[in-house]
Amino acid sequence: MLYRENGQFKTTYRGDQQIFPILQDRWFVFAVLLVAFVGIPLFASEYLFRAILIPFIILSLAAIGLNLLVGYCGQISLGSGAFMAVGAYAAYNFFVRIPGMNLILAFVLGGLCAMLVGVVFGIPSLRIRGLYLAVATLAAQFFSDWIFSRVAWFTNNSSSGSVSVPQLSVFGISVSTPVEKYLFCLTLVSVFALLAKNLVRGHIGRSWMAIRDMDVAAEVIGIRPVHAKLTAFAVSSFYIGVAGAMWAFVHLGSWEPLAFDVNRSLNLLFMIIIGGLGSVMGSFFGAAFIVILPILLNRGPEWLGIPISTAAATHLEFMIFGSLIVFFLIVEPHGLARLWSIGKEKLRLWPFPH
Amino acid sequence: MRQTNRFKLAVAATAAAGALAAALAPSPALAQAREQFFPMLVYRTGAYAPNGVPFANGMHDYYKMLNARDGGINGVKITTEECETGYATDRGVECYERLKGKGPTGATVFQPLSTGITFALTDKVPIDKIPLITAGYGRSESANGKIFPWNFIMGGSYWVAADILVQHVGEKLGGMDKLKGKKIALVYHDSPYGKEPIALLEERSKQLGFDLQLIAVTHPGVEQKAAWLQIRRDRPDFVFLWGWGVMNSTSIKEAVATGYPRDKMYGVWWSGAEPDVVPAGDGAKGYHALTFLAPAGRGKVHQDIIKYVHDKGQGTGPKDEIGQVLYNRGMVSAMMAVEAVRVAQERFGKKSLTGTQVRWGMENLNIDAARIKAIGFEGFMQPLSTSCTDHMGGNTAQIETWDGSNWTVAPKVYQADMQILKPLIDKFAAKYAAEKKITPRDCAKDVE
Repeated sequence: MLYRENGQFKTTYRGDQQIFPILQDRWFVFAVLLVAFVGIPLFASEYLFRAILIPFIILSLAAIGLNLLVGYCGQISLGSGAFMAVGAYAAYNFFVRIPGMNLILAFVLGGLCAMLVGVVFGIPSLRIRGLYLAVATLAAQFFSDWIFSRVAWFTNNSSSGSVSVPQLSVFGISVSTPVEKYLFCLTLVSVFALLAKNLVRGHIGRSWMAIRDMDVAAEVIGIRPVHAKLTAFAVSSFYIGVAGAMWAFVHLGSWEPLAFDVNRSLNLLFMIIIGGLGSVMGSFFGAAFIVILPILLNRGPEWLGIPISTAAATHLEFMIFGSLIVFFLIVEPHGLARLWSIGKEKLRLWPFPH
Repeated sequence: MRQTNRFKLAVAATAAAGALAAALAPSPALAQAREQFFPMLVYRTGAYAPNGVPFANGMHDYYKMLNARDGGINGVKITTEECETGYATDRGVECYERLKGKGPTGATVFQPLSTGITFALTDKVPIDKIPLITAGYGRSESANGKIFPWNFIMGGSYWVAADILVQHVGEKLGGMDKLKGKKIALVYHDSPYGKEPIALLEERSKQLGFDLQLIAVTHPGVEQKAAWLQIRRDRPDFVFLWGWGVMNSTSIKEAVATGYPRDKMYGVWWSGAEPDVVPAGDGAKGYHALTFLAPAGRGKVHQDIIKYVHDKGQGTGPKDEIGQVLYNRGMVSAMMAVEAVRVAQERFGKKSLTGTQVRWGMENLNIDAARIKAIGFEGFMQPLSTSCTDHMGGNTAQIETWDGSNWTVAPKVYQADMQILKPLIDKFAAKYAAEKKITPRDCAKDVE
């Protein structure tokens, strides 16, 4: 009734091609942004920021990055933890070795380093595909685990292999309280999400999708697979690298290579599978599912006033979380993003479905 | 029809998520009660649970005993809440955020029992003004209280442990100069925990001329064939084991398989508990480990725990766990926090204290032999006294040996050589301060 595009006529190509062609969608997005930038900082508690919102936003960015590669270009990667680690350690080295380094510049340089590594590990994708590629990218994971814990130079010769960063500030504005960190992450992620959305709507994104859907056919119509696959690896690793730098600098503050182990890669892959492959929106849903749900499940018994031991609560968390993943994959193999769009379709007809 | 159901489901799920998100806001602080809140970061699941569980139970039982016997600390009731970290740093940070604001005055002290979590929390505690006790683990350089005002590495650091092990093997060979040309292999858990002793061992190997081999074992440590192949090839004179959880028992089993003599193996104090040797069966006989603060056994305090807690059916774990190494160590860790609160109460009054006040207590702790006896810990720890500059307070340990069913503790008490440790602590602390742009605290000025 309220949500329908009747009467919204597009008279220009520009108007027809915008990201959210329906007026109500635009309102909705502005409302979400308004709540995220103004509403939440006014009301949320420190716990909500530090333990839930900041990790959620940062991992959303990593999920968007991985989604560009897996969801849009169809190249399965298990090396995202490694690219996060490269981003984090590269940004760290730029930050501590160059005095007066700008934080955002360090993040971008970290992302660029991750991009280079991503392209190198993306080269096998030219010859192998599918599960074989996944195994090849897994090599990136083990390589990064090894190099960051073995080569002391990367950790600035820290005795324990754990590094930490000083107080952060951007252009003279300090980024130390939870609210500041949250807004900082949110700003970066909003910008990157917008870029990603536009990238996948443009010719690069279309060439990725063509490769994903059928690479031989794509080649026949004039898309260069080398170019398409490597750009997908490059852009994806850049995003993941920046997310890794943010995860390390803003969320953890001090970290060791273990923070980016193979579990992180698998986590990110689950996020985009559950959230929805080939959907920027789905990356956010998936990140929310993987980051927030375990914490909710863990704290559930406590809120409901059920006395239960810590170990039992944790075991319950694993069981329920695992079965929910299975449940969602059976009910909606295309992920939460698909549920979202089905919901919107229904809303268009509501309340007269016939 | 199917589609409609699915949509309903989605709406319901969204609504439920929204409701839960609203509930996520922390519950309002309780009315000001005479309570002292001790948060507990524990791990009862995962690869390290066999070691995490007895430690947590020991802490719990001690708090429960004080509540039942004395009504808390001088009448201020102890409240606790557990949070499961699974030994994972990110989960530990979430737990910290979850628990730090609870209780009438916020969290009293955090004891994460994980060097990785300690590293992450070291950056957070100065902002929230909550002390961090890391009894026998964590950053070795945090013994320097001027640069790490909120870290308390009570009773000993990994540098203390490594130094004592070097002293012991030197003595066994008949003098420290005999170590020249000998080979010592460090088999370590590949994490900040396992890497901590390297700095000191390198320093010592330069000074004494022994050859140090570093052999890393990746988390969780069930796969060590490569490490022990290297040991079989190089035949080091001694093996120092820096493992945790399932890695320890695996190492001992691998030593049996490799034929490496167990009496040439020395574990750090976290590699010297029952769960580490029992799975290896008879093969573990003759294995040595360090012990600090609390060897196995039962004393007066255990009788009180049995009487006031376990006999009333309030015990946290099984009764036969009482007196095990890790149980005792958990108990002693809890005791140190409680003693600090006691000291602080003398100055600030017998009420709920804030983190800053408790820190004062920790910096003025003096647990001497008489006090150890008074609280029933006789034979379970060495005296400990801290100051604003020295947050370690003790640097002694003994060597214990597994005889197949019990740990026998050799009487000699070793003391780490502070001539070597002190410069190292100051060097690394200064590096940390430079990285973090910290101005060292002026200990002459008493804070609060």
